[in-house]
Amino acid sequence: MTEKKTEIKNLTYEQAFAELETIVDTLESGQLPLEQALSLYERGQLLAQFCGNLLDQAELKIRELNPAGKGAAEEGE
Amino acid sequence: MLQPPLFPANSISVSELTRYLREWMESDELLRDVWVQGEISNLSRPSSGHIYFTIKDEYSALKCVIWRTSAGRASANLQSGLAVEVHGYVSIYERDGAYQLYVDTVRPAGEGSLFQEFLRLKARLEEEGLFDAARKKEIPQVPARIGIVTSPSGAALQDILNTLRRRYPLVEVVLAPAAVQGENAPAELAASIERLNREPGMDVIIVARGGGSLEDLWAFNDERVVRAVAASHVPIISGVGHETDFTLTDFAADLRAPTPTAAAEQAVPDQMDVRERLLGTQRRLKDALSGIAREEKLNLAEINRKLSQASPLMRVRSDRQRLDELAGRSLTGLQHSFEIKKTQTYGLDQRLKALNPYGVLKRGYAIVTNGADEIIRSVDQTFQNDALTIRICDGVVPARVSDEPRKFQAGEECND
Repeated sequence: MTEKKTEIKNLTYEQAFAELETIVDTLESGQLPLEQALSLYERGQLLAQFCGNLLDQAELKIRELNPAGKGAAEEGE
Repeated sequence: MLQPPLFPANSISVSELTRYLREWMESDELLRDVWVQGEISNLSRPSSGHIYFTIKDEYSALKCVIWRTSAGRASANLQSGLAVEVHGYVSIYERDGAYQLYVDTVRPAGEGSLFQEFLRLKARLEEEGLFDAARKKEIPQVPARIGIVTSPSGAALQDILNTLRRRYPLVEVVLAPAAVQGENAPAELAASIERLNREPGMDVIIVARGGGSLEDLWAFNDERVVRAVAASHVPIISGVGHETDFTLTDFAADLRAPTPTAAAEQAVPDQMDVRERLLGTQRRLKDALSGIAREEKLNLAEINRKLSQASPLMRVRSDRQRLDELAGRSLTGLQHSFEIKKTQTYGLDQRLKALNPYGVLKRGYAIVTNGADEIIRSVDQTFQNDALTIRICDGVVPARVSDEPRKFQAGEECND
């Protein structure tokens, strides 16, 4: 399988969840060497855990663009 | 005097006629949905909350009523003498037999021309295809980054942020502030939409404003704003004003939400659904693995079975069994022949014992020897007065031949 083994912590929720779904689909289709299935499963578990943590710890991040329209001023909240 | 006909037609009651007229009016297309302009007079606001007035021009008057339920927004600034345009349907108040306009919307006269302008612009942009359903982009189900175009100080922004926090706080908000009413509003709104389009990773943009008068919302009917919305390559959800307000921005947007809060709700999933979906996927993950494990186990068992059938161990085992069998058989054979030998040996031994000359002595026989230790086998070996030795089983007896030995005649000898 081709793998974009991005470090999980750099993924967005949606990316992590999408990869998790792909993994599940792949596992469900069978036809995988056991070792590969196991490592996929492990990554899947990490992704699921990561998604859960994201949901638990989420706080709305708000950034305001500069009203003057001169580039974007970063303002965390 | 009119001569009554011989067979007069049946008369109908007043209420029958009135009901007939009412139904006739209410089924008329123009009367069902009409704008009328005139000047307010005889305004009355009884405690029921309904509002009664008349609008008139130089020639005619029209009774109007606004039900309490629609009175709130429509009627705030009504006063006698005001030139207005009212919208509603015409019907009959049956008790008085009076027809009247049941009003749902009131606007100051003159806004009518604004409305004409709105319609003209709408028709033009519509013809250009700006509102085509085919242009509508799909709103992503789970966005990571949301742009908001609204006033940074408005209630709409707070409504949106609160909704996002409650439903899906994972999202990142990029606020592009813009005036939402006044002279600068159209240019700022359009610029903010364009700036958000240049931001990386923008999944959806909400263009919003809280409720207000038609004029308050007018910036959202400005051609610049509408074109910016239509040109946005990021999907746009509009949430302008209230449920009943429609702006050209709404028509150009990819999705029209009735209010800012509703726009935020449309923009993100509910985290409860997201969590549920996550749990479901997690379950599928586990099931998929145990499915694979189960299958592998079966395969393994099958292969194991085949392997052990083909295994040299199997042959070794079967050979060993054969060996054991042979060994067993040879042992039995050996024992058997041993038994035979033993029996034979015993027989021989017995025979040997029987042949022992000394054994004979036990049965009463004796061996006689002469002085030279020769065994006497014949009478011819003995003479009178010879000394002999008689050997019996438990000793020897010295003896002397007392008489002349006598030989047996024929028939007298011992049988051998």
